[in-house]
Amino acid sequence: MNYTLALPELFLAASGMAMLIYGAFRRGNPTREVGWGVIAVLVVALFITGSQTPGNGALFGGMFIVDGFAVFLKILILAASALAVLMSQSYIEREQMARYEFPLLLLFATLGMLMMVSANDLISLYIGLELQSLALYVVAAFRRDSARSTEAGLKYFVLGALSSGMLLYGSSLIYGFAGTTQFAGIAASLTAESASIGLLVGMVFLVAGLAFKISAVPFHMWTPDVYEGAPTPVTAFLAAAPKLAAIGLFARVLVGPFGDLVAEWRQIVLVISIASMVLGAYAAINQTNIKRLMAYSSIGSVGYALVGLAAGTEEGLRGMLVYMMIYIVINIGTFACILCMRVKGRMVEGIEDLAGLSRTQPLLAAALAVFMFSLAGIPPLAGFFGKLYVFLAAINAQLYVLAVIGVLASVVAAFYYVRIVKVMYFDEPGDAFDRPIGWEMAAIVGVTALAALLFFVLPEPFIGEAAAAAAALFAG
Amino acid sequence: MSGAVGLEHYLAVAAILFAVGIFGIFLNRKNVIIILMSIELMLLAVNINLVAFSAHLGDLVGQVFAMFVLTVAAAEAAVGLAILVVYFRNRGTIEVEDINLMKG
Repeated sequence: MNYTLALPELFLAASGMAMLIYGAFRRGNPTREVGWGVIAVLVVALFITGSQTPGNGALFGGMFIVDGFAVFLKILILAASALAVLMSQSYIEREQMARYEFPLLLLFATLGMLMMVSANDLISLYIGLELQSLALYVVAAFRRDSARSTEAGLKYFVLGALSSGMLLYGSSLIYGFAGTTQFAGIAASLTAESASIGLLVGMVFLVAGLAFKISAVPFHMWTPDVYEGAPTPVTAFLAAAPKLAAIGLFARVLVGPFGDLVAEWRQIVLVISIASMVLGAYAAINQTNIKRLMAYSSIGSVGYALVGLAAGTEEGLRGMLVYMMIYIVINIGTFACILCMRVKGRMVEGIEDLAGLSRTQPLLAAALAVFMFSLAGIPPLAGFFGKLYVFLAAINAQLYVLAVIGVLASVVAAFYYVRIVKVMYFDEPGDAFDRPIGWEMAAIVGVTALAALLFFVLPEPFIGEAAAAAAALFAG
Repeated sequence: MSGAVGLEHYLAVAAILFAVGIFGIFLNRKNVIIILMSIELMLLAVNINLVAFSAHLGDLVGQVFAMFVLTVAAAEAAVGLAILVVYFRNRGTIEVEDINLMKG
């Protein structure tokens, strides 16, 4: 057994626990040091993961798999988590929530996500998912003197625990009717012609549980409240890495063990994909809080990513991975802009607070405009390519209705994205935002805006990587 | 079936318990502790399923899975109660109908 394949996870776990002890014994407030330590650990784990040669290495009795798909997702997850911790550093000091557990909980959530994308067994799937979720419930309620933050944590906990219960019930049925918890064994126990009804019911429960985690309609009700109530850096974290991990897990479960049942699960994915795109487009129109708007935007985005999965082909999966890669870059940039929305030392979250931003802070306004046009899918920005590849895959899989509904929903969604640009550029300025925004924020906003703007210059290497990851999942 | 308890009986009990848990979450309008109890009920239903299948299949993995579920359920209850305590300190109530600061 080659334990070096699990080196990123082992390293994260060991250094996370070491820093927990350091924080407990250190006098004074070690938040800043632990925060930088967590960023350093995530970056080191990123390089370890990047240097891995992904064979189809299964570890720990086949429970843990490291293939090209897992490595691709792990690199994105680690990068997104490191950026989210970097964004949270000065925020938690300003808002009197500087406790060293905060960056460490994000680290353990990241560890759970790495376990999720490497899961090759129902047990490791459950443990990874719960490690991630339990850490996230706590960080959502981390502002413990704020009624809204604790309410967000409570709602997230109750609905998350409900979804875990459904996922587990599905797992238990799958175990009983397939006779094994290993993904390969489940795949071997069923064929397209003879799948027992118990296995089908189990799969539906499992899909419902995972749909909660990716916040697809009709299991989305927690998303807007949690995104609005949670502290902004936590929302930034929630919108990027966990979503990527959950959607990666969703794809691995459907393509791997249930690959032969593609005709059955495609109907489910089709319905939740269409519902998510439509709800994401319409429900966001009336929002006045930008975090809540981004919550509906993320529900819509999951719908677009699922279009690729619904195609059920290697091309569709490639489109899904390209879409998610671009989505997290844009989302991190957008939330970095939202974290800069501070008037006289107080955070503001209203869309009308952005009025006249182009005159008070032209660079920030330009960056946010790039992100909004990109989310709307205006060429030649990055978001356009994300949608292009999933819709192309859907058309090649003859899912014309899905592609047409997706394009229409994306037109409706463009309305509220462009409205933010209009508020920034054409409304009378109100109170100017505090300056300076800090070098971390300036760097994150600058790099992500350039990435969204210039993706079309050199898309091939990224799309090639996504294609290789998709091929690895279908080969495995 | 000459009165012996078979796999079907265990599965039926587990399904009923699971349904009771889900209804407990959605129909209960009183307080959040009942929701936590309902969640626990759902997880226990899953454990009955796992152990019954494990005995039926003569395979130990199901019982190992049940052990993991028990452990994680304990951690989950601890996190849930901790969040409930900070929530109660802020709002002074844990009635389900009062959890409505955010809407839309």
